[in-house]
Amino acid sequence: MSLSIDDVNRIAHLARIRVSGDEAVQYQGQLNGIFDLIAQMQAVDTAGVAPMAHARDLFQRLRADVVTEPNRREAFQSVAPQVADGLYLVPKVIE
Amino acid sequence: MQTIKSIATLLAEGKISSVELCQDYLARIAAHNPNLNAFVTVDAERTLAEARAADARRAAGQANLLTGVPIAHKDIFCAEGWLTTCGSKMLANFVSPYDAHVISQFKAAGMPTLGKTNMDEFAMGSSTETSYYGPTKNPWDVARVPGGSSGGSAAAVAARIAPAATGTDTGGSIRQPAALCGITGLKPTYGVVSRYGMIAFASSLDQGGPMATTAEDCALLLNVMAGFDARDSTSLERNQEDYARDLNKPLTGLRIGLPKEFFGAGLTGDTATAVQAAIEQFSKLGATTVEVSLPNSGLSVAAYYVIAPAEASSNLSRFDGVRYGYRTPDYADLTDMYEKSRAEGFGAEVKRRIMIGTYVLSHGYYDAYYLQAQKLRRLIANDFAQAYQQCDVILGPTAPTTAFKLGEKADDPVEMYLSDIYTIAVNLAGLPGMSLPCGFDRQGLPIGLQLIGDYFAEVRMLNVAHQYQLVTDWHQRTPGGF
Repeated sequence: MSLSIDDVNRIAHLARIRVSGDEAVQYQGQLNGIFDLIAQMQAVDTAGVAPMAHARDLFQRLRADVVTEPNRREAFQSVAPQVADGLYLVPKVIE
Repeated sequence: MQTIKSIATLLAEGKISSVELCQDYLARIAAHNPNLNAFVTVDAERTLAEARAADARRAAGQANLLTGVPIAHKDIFCAEGWLTTCGSKMLANFVSPYDAHVISQFKAAGMPTLGKTNMDEFAMGSSTETSYYGPTKNPWDVARVPGGSSGGSAAAVAARIAPAATGTDTGGSIRQPAALCGITGLKPTYGVVSRYGMIAFASSLDQGGPMATTAEDCALLLNVMAGFDARDSTSLERNQEDYARDLNKPLTGLRIGLPKEFFGAGLTGDTATAVQAAIEQFSKLGATTVEVSLPNSGLSVAAYYVIAPAEASSNLSRFDGVRYGYRTPDYADLTDMYEKSRAEGFGAEVKRRIMIGTYVLSHGYYDAYYLQAQKLRRLIANDFAQAYQQCDVILGPTAPTTAFKLGEKADDPVEMYLSDIYTIAVNLAGLPGMSLPCGFDRQGLPIGLQLIGDYFAEVRMLNVAHQYQLVTDWHQRTPGGF
């Protein structure tokens, strides 16, 4: 398998990472090199093998539906790029 | 060499205060860090305030074993009031508003923070060269890398500018830099140390652990770090154990498994000789060896470079320039803001891995990549289970080579990935692994020996490593000039 420039641009958009034309060419070569390494996997017959999602097949613990954290909005918003009146500011998305 | 064990004794006997100790280490950091770049953040006032509190606690008779002993933390651990960058421009101005569980455990023990150590950006790398803050240099040869991603922690301990440090290990990031810098490091069984507040890379593989000069120190540090934490949904609910309890047990009857795949054509020269000498040393200590096989271990790098990027692409989607981190100064709309913030905030290696992960999880490719990798992960874990029917611990090299030159592998991602060929399978299986010094190559660079245990075999591994360190002095060697 080999990624085309269009593939690289599509992946970059899905990942929300802007790439320039020159960068796309560079990524194309590097990503194809990495996929050549990954391709070894395809030779292995894994029919009947249960996928292992997690070390030790952990199950997710549940907790009671009660408030456990104090409200620290100001502390958490102190590291935000842009806030006003306790709200995070982003460009307008609805006209 | 000052172990934290010996420092704890000096503190208990009142021969030194925590403030004096911290002043001494801060002076050593000031002298050597410009050359090494092991620390990215040092805040002497904050450290000394914590040291004064530790001394007051001791004076009040409230001290624990390690109260007052300073420690450096990898910059992946959120520490309240400390800049926490994760080696990235993305978090260049992120002063954490909360403590990671590991940080709160060390605070509860009364151990002052010496500073935050350099690392590969978001822990993605094996040389600490992907850090936005510049590479860390190996104290054994400043033209060489310290390994990575916990390279700053490893270099700091090796140069004796910190007595101990924390690290994290997703594919070898504690063990490989420990090997390349000639120190001792332990990656615990997955779930033993809480991941809360440890900035996520690949959540099913990430695990924090101690890095120090000796196995005994690692045991004492793991006693502080380990423990159940409800805020990490994969933290294991186990009884607290004393990881130092069997350090002095003799090794008579110990069965060491030697995976034939680790001693093949890839293992050559001085590394092979040093590992072989270590095996002979263990025989003298009463251990027996048995050949075991990990037939699927050769596929671990391939499976890892599907699973880790897949998880990373999901975890790093949180860096969108909205709630924290870098935001581009100039944007037209929301998508433009996301795409430019992430393009400018992330470095090249992080972007590569996010793109690989995005691709393998995208429509139509999931079964061929992610699901296949998870099946291989099962086969790799099964190999270990099979091997542990014949042995108590597995032994081999930590890394295929000693420290390589800065820039040598920086332009070839695949070549860099192969640095972790002996360590990655351990993370995929979720097993504990450690690295300890076992010799030097002809250029004077340290060689690491890897021990791999069965689940929860940390006590046994630390016992094995400690007994080896009682009869060898590799771990006591200090690089010239430090």
